[in-house]
Amino acid sequence: MSEHIASQKLYFIVFFSLLCLTLLTWRIAYIDLGRWNMVVALLISICKTGLVGMFFMHLRWSTSMVRLVVFAAIFWLAIMMTLTLGDFFTRNAVSHPQGWQASIVVPQPAAPAPPR
Amino acid sequence: MSSSEFPIMPRVHYLNADYGIKSWLLTTDHKRIAWLYLISITFFFSIGGVAAALMRLNLLEPQGMLVEPETYNKLFSIHGIIMVFFFLVPSIPAVLGNFLIPIMLGARDVAFPRLNLLSWYVFMTGGSFVLYALIAGGVDTGWTFYTPLSTLYLNTHVMAAAGGVFIAGFSSILTGLNFVVTIHKMRAPGLTWFRLPLFIWAMYATSIIFIIGTPVVAISLALIVIERIFHVGIFDPALGGDPILFQHLFWFYSHPAVYVMILPSMGVVSEIVTAFSRKKIFGYHFIAFSSIAIAVIGFLVWGHHMFVSGQSIYAGLVFSALSMAVAIPSAVKVFNWTATLYKGSISYEAPMLYALGFIGLFTIGGLTGLYLATTAIDQHVHDTYFVIAHFHYIMVGGAVMGYMGGIHYWWPKISGRLYPDGWARVSAIIIFVGFNLTFFPQFILGYLGMPRRYAVYPPEFQTLNVISTAGASILGIGYIIPLIYFAWSVRYGPVAGPNPWKATGLEWTTSSPPPTHNFEETPVVTEEPYGYDRLAEEIQVA
Amino acid sequence: MIASRRKYKLHNSQAVVAEQFDDRTQQHEASSLGMWIFLATEIMFFGAVLTAYTVYRNLFTSAFEAGSHLLNAKIGALNTAVLICSSLTMALAVHAAQTGRRKRLMAFLVSTMLLGGVFLFIKFFIEWTHDYKEGLAPGLHFTYAGPQAGHVAMFYCFYFILTGIHAIHMIVGEGVMAVLLFMAWRGRFSEQWYNPIEMMGLYWHFVDIIWIFLFPFLYLLGAHF
Repeated sequence: MSEHIASQKLYFIVFFSLLCLTLLTWRIAYIDLGRWNMVVALLISICKTGLVGMFFMHLRWSTSMVRLVVFAAIFWLAIMMTLTLGDFFTRNAVSHPQGWQASIVVPQPAAPAPPR
Repeated sequence: MSSSEFPIMPRVHYLNADYGIKSWLLTTDHKRIAWLYLISITFFFSIGGVAAALMRLNLLEPQGMLVEPETYNKLFSIHGIIMVFFFLVPSIPAVLGNFLIPIMLGARDVAFPRLNLLSWYVFMTGGSFVLYALIAGGVDTGWTFYTPLSTLYLNTHVMAAAGGVFIAGFSSILTGLNFVVTIHKMRAPGLTWFRLPLFIWAMYATSIIFIIGTPVVAISLALIVIERIFHVGIFDPALGGDPILFQHLFWFYSHPAVYVMILPSMGVVSEIVTAFSRKKIFGYHFIAFSSIAIAVIGFLVWGHHMFVSGQSIYAGLVFSALSMAVAIPSAVKVFNWTATLYKGSISYEAPMLYALGFIGLFTIGGLTGLYLATTAIDQHVHDTYFVIAHFHYIMVGGAVMGYMGGIHYWWPKISGRLYPDGWARVSAIIIFVGFNLTFFPQFILGYLGMPRRYAVYPPEFQTLNVISTAGASILGIGYIIPLIYFAWSVRYGPVAGPNPWKATGLEWTTSSPPPTHNFEETPVVTEEPYGYDRLAEEIQVA
Repeated sequence: MIASRRKYKLHNSQAVVAEQFDDRTQQHEASSLGMWIFLATEIMFFGAVLTAYTVYRNLFTSAFEAGSHLLNAKIGALNTAVLICSSLTMALAVHAAQTGRRKRLMAFLVSTMLLGGVFLFIKFFIEWTHDYKEGLAPGLHFTYAGPQAGHVAMFYCFYFILTGIHAIHMIVGEGVMAVLLFMAWRGRFSEQWYNPIEMMGLYWHFVDIIWIFLFPFLYLLGAHF
């Protein structure tokens, strides 16, 4: 058979790495890094995803077609996010003294909802 | 290629290989599944058509001749939902795609035959939900389900309708998945990518859209259902929800969905134009790549449905520019078809009439799409009949004519019988005339300012509306005639033989109808596609 | 060619190739590609909700942090660890199938199902029940009265929708694993044919990956308060 059989030892190594990274994510969250909290959390999640994908899901030994499928999904998700967020972040994007984040207008919660 | 004077039906083929209702409802033969879809979508088309008829009748008079506005809202909603999700989206992929893809690839079946059958059952389940919504009183959100109207302010059967579309979406996803795997993994020996028929390239591009886009509309509709159940949700303005977010998620799929509806028709036209000009297609690689380009760029333009919604101006700018770009690959195809026709040996059987009609009407629809992509113009014609005319030129003048052309072209293969071409040509022309009479006045109405989704209109628009309704009756007749002669042909039509059109392509090398496993022996492909120059030397064309 | 007749040979000792395929390699590659394409659709499915989440998180950052702060990050971390363990047992189950060890395969499938069950138990009976009692369930029982209550409710809409859809995926996975367990018990899998186990593995790991993202997005936003 042409399918690759990974070693169980490799699985255990990946498993312990994942647990360590989880611990890391959890503890770092309690340190105030401001905006970077989210970036760090995202980066660690991407690492964990990479480990699960490459080794548990055998992407490391998969055909290029399979990897293309994964890339395509991520690519189109990126398109959806970018263009959608692009709308929201440029709603009132005239030059603003405090920068673009200040230009985001937060809709106020409406009056009590109409009778249904 | 044998030129038998009196072709005979093969003794055993996929239609008579097994009898009984179980052999149809539990079939895993892709050709029988195609029949299941053919009957189902014809049924849904007739319901959508009745809704359209009632709408056009109502619009004979400025004050609405037939129905109350609330009922009119339900009519246009059910017309849109059924025609888009239960007729156009499945039409060519589920009927012609299912039937032809394995045969064109030289395969015995699709990659996952049981999944294929499941797709049909999922489709019918979704359809049942929508039919329930219809019978129980209708839904009036429009096929676009915009929030917060659909989530907070309506008491009609939104959940059933949205749920039905949600379920039917999975049918598309499974079909797309099946097609991609089949095309990648099950090609006959020697059938390289650039020897594939252009119909396969079109179906591949369509399948990409199914796979990537459908889940997004599925979740958007699920979010509507959740919000209706719990009376609170992420589109609720009281929580800070933004209705435009729904529109982003909805149109992310629903714009590529229109490419789902047109790409297969373009694939059909590529096949028909080459066969009935007896000439190799011009620019094979360009047509193949343009299909993929349409699928990719088609995902970048959804905001052009939202120019006046409150979306940011800069987003509008970006979407407008990208929408111009998506027209380019479509134009490339039109140029290539025209170049194929040039100096071809053209014959005007019904499939060719439909294909020629497609080329002209799609061009008009496509060009008017460019007007709409221009934000300055869209400000004035958004939500008017101009938009309606634009998309009906593409959907009906384009997609449906492609579908009709495809059904006529491959009918001999599917049924083993010939339909009466005289009647077929007459109905093609009736459809063409009726269609233009129905929808061209709507361009003018929209330009003059008549809004869409309104049961009433100012009296000065009446003449054009009456012309449009008259055209619609003619169009309806044009669609009914084929039902009659196709049914007739199954029993009484002359036997077709393997290749009545003397066309190239693997599907024409097997018997009509094909055996259950498509080929007696797996074919080996050694030649480039559309080899009509070689064919002319081989056979004496009568 | 009656459709109802099974087209697979029933004995595990021989190679098993479905009728439409030419050989085992083609069948395996087709199944693999098919499952990955399905996972691509799931990426888009969850991705759409995450897009919506990202929009609102940027609009209502402090409200989302306040909402996240009220969730128990310790339990979230525990649940993450449980799911990672279940991914390990699933990978080991695939390995057992590839090496033809039936009892090991069954043991690891059972372990994966149990760990998944633990996750779901914690999710439904500890977390969700607690959140409902605390008045953090929009639409059912929402009594948060702090600033920006509406936006905090929005956060909890996302919390329940995301973890709910994730849980539904896990429940479906548990169901399919039960079927595979039964098939393994009957000796249907061997070194020559273990496709369904491998496909189940891909699905289960994907569900784990979703949670790997949900954990920081939902639980850790307000941890540094």
